[in-house]
Amino acid sequence: MESFKFIRANDPRGAITSMTGGGAKIIAGGTNLVDLMKLNIERPAQLIDINGLKMQTIETLPNGTIKIGALVKNSDLAYHPLIMKNFPVLSEALLSGASAQLRNMATVGGNLLQRTRCPYFYDTAAPCNKRVPGSGCSAIDGYNRNNAVLGTSKYCIATHPSDMCVAMAALGAVIHVQGPAGPREIPFADFHLLPAQTPQYETTLKHDELITSVDIPPIPYAIRSHYLKVRDRASYEFALASAAVILDINGGRIKDARIALGGVGTKPWRSKLAEKVLTGAAANEQSYRTAAEAALSEAKPYKHNAFKIELAKRTLVHALTTVGGMS
Amino acid sequence: MDENHDPPIEDESSSSSSGTSRRGFLTQVAVAGAGLTLAPLLTGAQEIILETPPAQPQTSMVILTVNGQKHTLNMDERTTLLDALRENLAMPGTKKGCDHGQCGACTVLVNGRRINSCLTFAAMHQGDEITTIEGLAKGDELHPMQAAFLKHDAFQCGYCTPGQICSAVGLINEGHAKTDADIRELMSGNICRCGAYQNIVEAIKEVKNV
Repeated sequence: MESFKFIRANDPRGAITSMTGGGAKIIAGGTNLVDLMKLNIERPAQLIDINGLKMQTIETLPNGTIKIGALVKNSDLAYHPLIMKNFPVLSEALLSGASAQLRNMATVGGNLLQRTRCPYFYDTAAPCNKRVPGSGCSAIDGYNRNNAVLGTSKYCIATHPSDMCVAMAALGAVIHVQGPAGPREIPFADFHLLPAQTPQYETTLKHDELITSVDIPPIPYAIRSHYLKVRDRASYEFALASAAVILDINGGRIKDARIALGGVGTKPWRSKLAEKVLTGAAANEQSYRTAAEAALSEAKPYKHNAFKIELAKRTLVHALTTVGGMS
Repeated sequence: MDENHDPPIEDESSSSSSGTSRRGFLTQVAVAGAGLTLAPLLTGAQEIILETPPAQPQTSMVILTVNGQKHTLNMDERTTLLDALRENLAMPGTKKGCDHGQCGACTVLVNGRRINSCLTFAAMHQGDEITTIEGLAKGDELHPMQAAFLKHDAFQCGYCTPGQICSAVGLINEGHAKTDADIRELMSGNICRCGAYQNIVEAIKEVKNV
């Protein structure tokens, strides 16, 4: 690991000021960043510890929005009574990720910036456009079983690894950030970038902006929601495919649907195509299958990951069936 | 510098498109005194961030409270909590397994909550109450979880055991495990290559049900 200057931020302003010169990284939980620093994939000149900032609370705003401080731990969010009751999809997504120890460390803000687990991103001997722009993509013609089938480009097919973000995408969360010019809001769908020609840029967060909170707007029908994750082993593993499903069903008809997929996309994959199929449709298996076909209609398979397309469809149908059967 | 990006030492032909030889480049680095990455110059590719790490290791004074005792340590900023415990404080009970947060051998309790000590810097834990396997027993009286692991033969080689026990204590503190399946799920961050899982579950059940 390369040397860095360790800075303890006392307030958001101080953290932002420390970031303005570039080459600095914020550290919160550290579960992803420390690992990447050990591997010399991340080499910040300055490390800014923000754990002393007051961003650890979960509160309900007068309009019903739930404001989650950026430093709230994954475990605290997952087990919060408000989240478990109103947004089971989020609680389940969080608890399906990593291990109990890691969930006790990892923060909501950090999870938004979690980096891919593509093996070539980790292998500093291999070309990787995300790690060294312009060096090439080793995954496209390499071993790509775990790589993405949605949102890929000829420069990068790395999967976005987060479970939490899939639920947040379905919930239409809003990310609040603060920069030198003041605060701004970023809708979840606009936060993560597709790789396109510049896979090194993963989000629209600027280098001197600090995530302060993630807000979930009120969605009364999200009580009927579910996150289903399919993986190579039963626990402590990244998704091969996952689905976050929120359905508003009235008299056997779907009034509104929120659908997002994980493990298959280069970013947390909200599927407007599936939502369009489901909205107004009968809440039955046929609708669910049609929606799953729509969700994966733009999927592009690579040598080892074509199975993910069918797996994601079945995962989505299963999750839809589960939520459809909820009273 | 990332040695994986180095070309063979003897091969002067592997110069960058800008005509910088490896030897010349190293001189530039020495002059600049900065740890720039070699790869971008050789391939013409751009780096994501301009990185200029300090040339000298940065050290600082860190006060750690471990098992109720305060320690003032002058350490390299890069020291993980795990290395601080094992190397700086000579407390080798906490084990280094994978060092990448995948095995759980390094699990300790910070303010009563279990974490992977390998994925956090010691400097981030000033003011925290850190409990390691060495701090669980009261004198000669074992912690109930330690006693239960002995009673149920919940280990074979023992290397993962300090992490398993700290993790199990954290699991009880958290209070979310109701069933055997819950225990298994919530202990999935601790790998045991000897496969003592069945007995680990039995040990945890005994303490949970007291």
